[in-house]
Amino acid sequence: MTTLVLITLTDPGEGLTEAEIIDIKVSVGDRISINDPVIEVETAKSAVELPSHVGGTVTRVLVAVGDEVPVGTPLIEVDTDGGPAPAGSAADAPAADAPTADAPTADAPAADAPASAPAPDGPSAAASASPAEPAPAAPAEEEPKNLVGYGSTEAPPRRRRRVQPAADTQVPIDRILAKPPVRKLARDLGIALADVFATGPDGTVTREDVLAAQQRAIGGDTVSVHDGDYFPDESPQAPETLPGTMKSSLSQPFAGYTSDDRTTRVPIRSVRKRTAEAMVSSAFTAPHVTVFNEVDMTATMDLVGRLRASREWADVKISPLVVVAKALLVAIRRNPEVNASWDEASQEIVYKHFVNLGIAAATPRGLIVPNIKDAHLLTLRELAIGINDLAKTARAGRTPLSATREGTITITNFGVFGIDSGTPILNPGESVILGMGAVKEKPRVIDGQIVPRQVAQLAASFDHRLIDGALGAELLRDVSAVLEQPDLGLVWG
Amino acid sequence: MIQLLSADGTRTPHEEFDEVLEAGGLATPERLRGYYRDMVMIRAADLEATSLQRQGQLGLWASALGQEAAQIGAGHAARTQDYLVPTYREHGIAWARGIEPWRLLEMFRGISHGGWDPHELRTHPYMIVLGAQAPHAVGYGMGLQRDGAVGTGDLERDTAVLALFGDGASSEGEVAESFTFAASFEAPVVFYSQNNQWAISVPTSVQTRVPLAQRSRGWGIPSVRVDGNDVLAVLGAVRSGLDSARAGEGPRFIESLTYRMAAHTTSDDASRYRPGSEEEEWAEKDPILRLRRHLAGLDEIDEAYVATCEEEAHDLAMQLHHHIHGMKDPDPMIVFDNVYSEPHPIVDAEREAYVQYLSQFEDEEAGR
Repeated sequence: MTTLVLITLTDPGEGLTEAEIIDIKVSVGDRISINDPVIEVETAKSAVELPSHVGGTVTRVLVAVGDEVPVGTPLIEVDTDGGPAPAGSAADAPAADAPTADAPTADAPAADAPASAPAPDGPSAAASASPAEPAPAAPAEEEPKNLVGYGSTEAPPRRRRRVQPAADTQVPIDRILAKPPVRKLARDLGIALADVFATGPDGTVTREDVLAAQQRAIGGDTVSVHDGDYFPDESPQAPETLPGTMKSSLSQPFAGYTSDDRTTRVPIRSVRKRTAEAMVSSAFTAPHVTVFNEVDMTATMDLVGRLRASREWADVKISPLVVVAKALLVAIRRNPEVNASWDEASQEIVYKHFVNLGIAAATPRGLIVPNIKDAHLLTLRELAIGINDLAKTARAGRTPLSATREGTITITNFGVFGIDSGTPILNPGESVILGMGAVKEKPRVIDGQIVPRQVAQLAASFDHRLIDGALGAELLRDVSAVLEQPDLGLVWG
Repeated sequence: MIQLLSADGTRTPHEEFDEVLEAGGLATPERLRGYYRDMVMIRAADLEATSLQRQGQLGLWASALGQEAAQIGAGHAARTQDYLVPTYREHGIAWARGIEPWRLLEMFRGISHGGWDPHELRTHPYMIVLGAQAPHAVGYGMGLQRDGAVGTGDLERDTAVLALFGDGASSEGEVAESFTFAASFEAPVVFYSQNNQWAISVPTSVQTRVPLAQRSRGWGIPSVRVDGNDVLAVLGAVRSGLDSARAGEGPRFIESLTYRMAAHTTSDDASRYRPGSEEEEWAEKDPILRLRRHLAGLDEIDEAYVATCEEEAHDLAMQLHHHIHGMKDPDPMIVFDNVYSEPHPIVDAEREAYVQYLSQFEDEEAGR
């Protein structure tokens, strides 16, 4: 029976991603045993011999000396001659035999160490007694319950958030801080301390707090503004369609959250937490400068209208955002220095010769910024498809982590919320973010005449450490020019 | 430096240690063969673990190659009731205490937090933080004093603690602080430092101007320096130290001079900072080779025994190989199991919250 198994490059250090092949120790036809060294690689840290995890006959050598290969690359193919199916083989499922039947506990030291090293008073006496019998079963029996798959052939299934956190996941906090006389007062007045909004130091409930709660309880409302007045229209279904998480959590029933009449406290977690960290790190490491420009989008809107009606675009959704994205790519081509990042650690500015164009997306999980890889190579139609797919995936909550990494420049479209302008914060590691406002019909003066035109505001924030004001302004001016005269895309693109 | 077995296996008498070995029956031919087998087995497991790391099955491995005698000797010198506080490079200690190698490998695979019951096996879980072993051991020892488990004269019941650390950790402040406490309270602790010559890439010569063994004397803690590649010297020193500690005579310090034959861990390349000639020099002082030569000199070992040991060692390695390859991840809920020894309402609530949290996810298709 022929069972072909691939030996792949594993991470030989901690977090290394590639290695150079410096020696191949086997040739096709060689017989090898488990742990025989087959390949020597050199990584950033060390030269390492890679031992085979199977025994058999080498059938193919898939790399050459001098190759620089990423972790996961197949190196050697071995025919295990139908020998014991190795875990981690290319061909088969490893789960069946390995851990149970062959568990090393069968004759591990506990079982027979005392035979050769009897120790009436030594530790091996204990060793032989205790772990010997329960041990063999232990590793096998505990397996079935695992929730996250494991094994070298199958990548662990990724998991994603399915629903908003249920209100009752909050761990109850029953330690309410209050001095004994205040506790007594509350008890006498029939007020539950949990219902009292604490204003004292370290969150303690004060005498005044209890009295205020009593007054609210008997109807003398001292609260001037109630939550309900702010968000009268929110329904519990709203969160699915809302961009952020703030409204959604406020509109949910308060049960389980720490709350009173005036505030609701929601634990900071998940996407909200990561967003916050990213924003803080970006806002406080990169000095932001934002430039604004009002752009006559009439020609762009005409173009969008014409494309929408054309057969070529029948099955692709075209929007002003797609044209803005293309305009930005054209402008980057004219001002390539903006497509860069600041590497603080190595004190270098990294200029990128490719554009991974991020599109900020409001999703039920919160804000995420997936990017379109190598957007500079795409036609307008491919760009439109890319943006549509990105948005669809993001809204479904299926954006893979890889799609949010290695972005070089980002567009955020606050126009979809009907907003004219804003000051966007850079996606960490990037130097430019272009904000696009809503396209609205407004009066403009052309040749001394007031005429209605389609107008939008653009805002570009940039990292002032590496982009001077003049360069930032030039970029925004070029984007605006292409949008006002899409023909320029032909000239500059 | 005290040595009972020279590199060529010649036995040198030592009044105090010979008496200790004799009294404990620790140096009978049968025991010696047992130590030999233990060392062969644990070396095979160690080499297998390194291979498993290269095959992507372990995140990391810290090899104890070359330190087998320093560990097998110390592990067997401890009495059953003694409590041992190890670092992460004590595979021989673990073996001698009855901890199966796969439990160690699970930890280095990242799917176990320690893997054994420290009370049952009287051995603390591996601790990655170095130097922390010393205060833990002293605190435990002071607890034993308060339990009345020290100095009653009952060798089978009185308990001592063995604090394990290396030459690098001996430079940590908490080791010095632990000396202070142990000396002041006469805690029943033996500080056992395996000086394997290298703290990652820093040689011992950079860390100390005097032999490490001299350091504890400023605290009034008696110390000895033994050949850590000599299983008998280690046995004698550790058994003697622990028995003195359990008798209520206060702490001792032992420097066990050995050599880390492999790199610091699998993510380190020792050839970049130390000369190959040094490794060759120490290969001649190999602890396993030495004991085998000694046994051969006594005519207490034959080729058949050596071959059997090697066969068993190979079997152990292959069992580990097949056990670890394709091992499954554990149930994520077990992280809550050993936070408190008794039911605890906050842990219960957190467990429940975590179940809910996990239930918010659903599997996506595998692969990226």
